[in-house]
Amino acid sequence: MEDAKQLEAFEAKIAAGQKIEPKDWMPEAYRKQLIRMMSQHAHSEIVGMLPEGNWITRAPSLRRKAILLAKVQDEAGHGLYLYSATETLGIDRSELLSQLHTGKAKYSSIFNYPTLTWADIGAIGWLVDGAAIMNQTALARGSYGPYCRAMIRICKEESFHNRQGYEIMMHLAQGTPEQKALAQDALNRWWWPSIMMLGPSDDQSPNSDQLMRWKVKMESNDAIRQRFIDRTIPQADFIGLTIPDKDMKLDAATGHYEHGPINWEEFFEVIKGNGPCNAKRLKARVDADKNGAWVREAAMAYAAKQTKDKLVA
Amino acid sequence: MKEAKFEYLLRLGDSSLIIGHRLSEWCGHGPILEEDIALINIALDFVGNATSLLSYAGDVEGKGRNEDDLAFMRGEREFRNLLITEQPNGDYANTIARQFLFDTYMYFLYEELKSSKDETIAAIAVKSHKEITYHLRHTSEWMLRLGDGTAESHERLQNGLNDLWMFTSEMFDMDEVDAILIKEGIAPDLTKVKASWEKRVHEVLAEATLQIPTTTFKQKGSKEGKHSEHLGFLLAEMQYVHRAYPGAKW
Repeated sequence: MEDAKQLEAFEAKIAAGQKIEPKDWMPEAYRKQLIRMMSQHAHSEIVGMLPEGNWITRAPSLRRKAILLAKVQDEAGHGLYLYSATETLGIDRSELLSQLHTGKAKYSSIFNYPTLTWADIGAIGWLVDGAAIMNQTALARGSYGPYCRAMIRICKEESFHNRQGYEIMMHLAQGTPEQKALAQDALNRWWWPSIMMLGPSDDQSPNSDQLMRWKVKMESNDAIRQRFIDRTIPQADFIGLTIPDKDMKLDAATGHYEHGPINWEEFFEVIKGNGPCNAKRLKARVDADKNGAWVREAAMAYAAKQTKDKLVA
Repeated sequence: MKEAKFEYLLRLGDSSLIIGHRLSEWCGHGPILEEDIALINIALDFVGNATSLLSYAGDVEGKGRNEDDLAFMRGEREFRNLLITEQPNGDYANTIARQFLFDTYMYFLYEELKSSKDETIAAIAVKSHKEITYHLRHTSEWMLRLGDGTAESHERLQNGLNDLWMFTSEMFDMDEVDAILIKEGIAPDLTKVKASWEKRVHEVLAEATLQIPTTTFKQKGSKEGKHSEHLGFLLAEMQYVHRAYPGAKW
């Protein structure tokens, strides 16, 4: 009875556009779903550092190197911010990381693709960050206060990354024929994974009314994907690159682009762990954790000694 | 004078560029997320500092070379970075030891450079010294944590220090280039920097319960571009894309 009343008050609050804060009552399903989503997002940020970090030492100019370092540092900061936001739901970071390392928690499918050339750094900023922003600006209007505030800040930085990525692509597309070929090749490889990363189509991923009502999910995958495609195609046209979808066409009546069939089989394989880099990415994270264990132990031991000294003094 | 200043700027700029490269190799592999953020941030400071110095080196040289020409189009024997900066990362203790020895050097060197009679060098030093102050604080704190943490961390850090000690003396070597610039008030006499460096390093080591390495063997050669074998591989990686597309703009 108490629960029913609390649930009613909780839903009324959300319906009125108010935020749910960490100490507020919330249904267990809400808490669980948010932990799942937010930690998945945090993991995506830190796993995402790997494919991009892959090109820091090879960036073709000092300016590009500095921009990429700053971008990857931002991603690490987003990870930290999101882990902290997730901790407000009553779970700690070490537990979340162990879920990542054991494969229990997922991260975005997109980071299981390899960054093969410098142009991939442009493609990731333009397409992957571009797609992520579409999703995240929607999530910023969600109901959980700490997550919304994280999203607002993250979206600002991601918009910057998105422009930087597009600027790399623009430079390449307007550069030498070899550079333009690099840009087109990167677009060819990243286009489909980028539109897939927004999740299965609505008929395969029915939106629960409850999650929509609770403002955990704000929009359907297909709606977000459509917005991303509509925004990105003119950008590709503008710099003279071709979207690798021969069926893509503008529907004059709706004003939306219609894309060709998506290879969902590939998407589900990557989700299952069979993408080109799943094993490599996870191993890098597990190794970093393992190799860093003695460092964290030393820091804890040192901190404990300091506390003891203070108590004695 | 012009040649000496160009040479001196390469020494400063290359050391920052190469140690920034080494630090950036940690990206995504640090022992804890906070350290990933710190190391990337410090690497970024070094790359920024190198960019300013190499850009100015190009201006001083007056042959139309910019910072990218100098960073990406010179070969192994033309680099002037200190040998310690190119040494591989090893474990986290080794990286911290390398960084602490170099940060302490840079802290006292740039403190002097802030009053260089060359206005550009002085301006770069003022900006960089603020950053280096944070870097040194960060590495000094880790020296204490690892030195006075667990038996394992203590041993790893002591090993790192012992291995790197032979690269420290060349930081303070002075040659004709230094002599010319000291006379002009552009570069500092490194005797003073050395004394400050020794004092600080000994203090931190003592607090961290570490021994001052007894190695007397010294490695040098960076001032003549004689490096360890590590630099060639580092440059091959760093310069590959830039060199593979001649004339391309990025």
